[in-house]
Amino acid sequence: MADQVQFELVAPERLLLSEPVDMVVVPGSEGDFGVLPGHAPLISTVRPGVIETYSGKAVKDRIFVAGGFAEVTRERCTVLAEEATPLADLDRAAIEAQARTAREDLGLAKDAGERAAAERSLAVAEAKLAILQQAGR
Amino acid sequence: MPSLKDLRNRINSVKSTQKITAAMKMVAAAKLRRAQEQAMAARPYAERMERMLGSLAQAMGGQAGAPQLLAGTGKSDVHLVVVMTSDRGLCGSFNSSIVREARKLIRDLLAQGRQVKILCVGRKGRDQLRRDFGRLIVATLEEVGRRKLAYADAQGVAERIRAMFDAGEFDVATLVYNRFRSAMSQTVTVQQVIPFAVPAGDGTRETGLGNAIYEYEPGEDAILGELLPRNIGVQVFRALLENAASEHGARMTAMDSATRNAGEMIAKLTLNYNRTRQAYITKELIEIISGAEAL
Repeated sequence: MADQVQFELVAPERLLLSEPVDMVVVPGSEGDFGVLPGHAPLISTVRPGVIETYSGKAVKDRIFVAGGFAEVTRERCTVLAEEATPLADLDRAAIEAQARTAREDLGLAKDAGERAAAERSLAVAEAKLAILQQAGR
Repeated sequence: MPSLKDLRNRINSVKSTQKITAAMKMVAAAKLRRAQEQAMAARPYAERMERMLGSLAQAMGGQAGAPQLLAGTGKSDVHLVVVMTSDRGLCGSFNSSIVREARKLIRDLLAQGRQVKILCVGRKGRDQLRRDFGRLIVATLEEVGRRKLAYADAQGVAERIRAMFDAGEFDVATLVYNRFRSAMSQTVTVQQVIPFAVPAGDGTRETGLGNAIYEYEPGEDAILGELLPRNIGVQVFRALLENAASEHGARMTAMDSATRNAGEMIAKLTLNYNRTRQAYITKELIEIISGAEAL
């Protein structure tokens, strides 16, 4: 498997994906980066966005992640995601509801902790919506 | 000698107890399977996280200005002991073994002249510790992950711990929980989470590339600043999962032996009952016969 990257996507609750892929594009906090075999070792934070795995030149999987960390070595790419959902499973109505409640929580937040939690939830929901917009759904 | 009616009542009551314990055993077995799967599924994340942190900690280790979550506050005057137990009883020695270990730890720390604060997760631990260390308990969290343990539950606990740390309320945090080995055996584990302790042995050689020089995006401290708080959440999550699996395992074992004991009890009582019944019959016969002979 010298010409492939072992890609692993792990959420706190389970291991979501572990397979060799030709390329994977990760939304790093300082810009998207593609990982090909032989990539220089890298540790990066991940912003909410879509991870794309490639098989050949075609996109194989698109998975939404709500932030996390990525660790890249020459033959391996591991993403520790806070939350991960395949793009096809995203439900527009549910996300809009999430954004609405997050906004309400933001207004009601009593202390800094609650506000931060609401802000995080809102950012995730907005990222999801933006992605759906892009995908034209 | 107890009357026949008393014995019959006893037997019936033991029988219904046995039914309850048998049902509890079945429930615990079903829950155990689910909890065990969940605990296994969560392991990869915690392991990867540890590996990543290990290599980062190495890179940052010893440098001045490392985050406090990694380096500690430089003191160890105030200890926070997080005692994780279950909310419900009837699970054998599960809770008492955790409490025993926690008590030992607390006594040791107190003997060394440290200040101790206790955070109880789960009702049973609080109940047992309240008598000896009532004044040291700062908070109790109950009903954590009552239905199905989610990462969000652990995050809640972790945030609580972190807020206390940020407020300077303690220097060292330790988790006490049961690590799941099998349905029959659990080991009480004492794990220090703040400051981060690099797992001995692995993490250094495992990276494969020796001391691979990682690029960091954004900077090392920024990543570490995000990774460390997350790590606490993950460790708490793992502890909660292991604890949940252990609890169900312990309950299953306890209920299994309770059911067996009830069975033995029933056998003994039934024997006793039959003997008493026969004795009565014999006595009555003797009375009739001797009455007839006297005529």
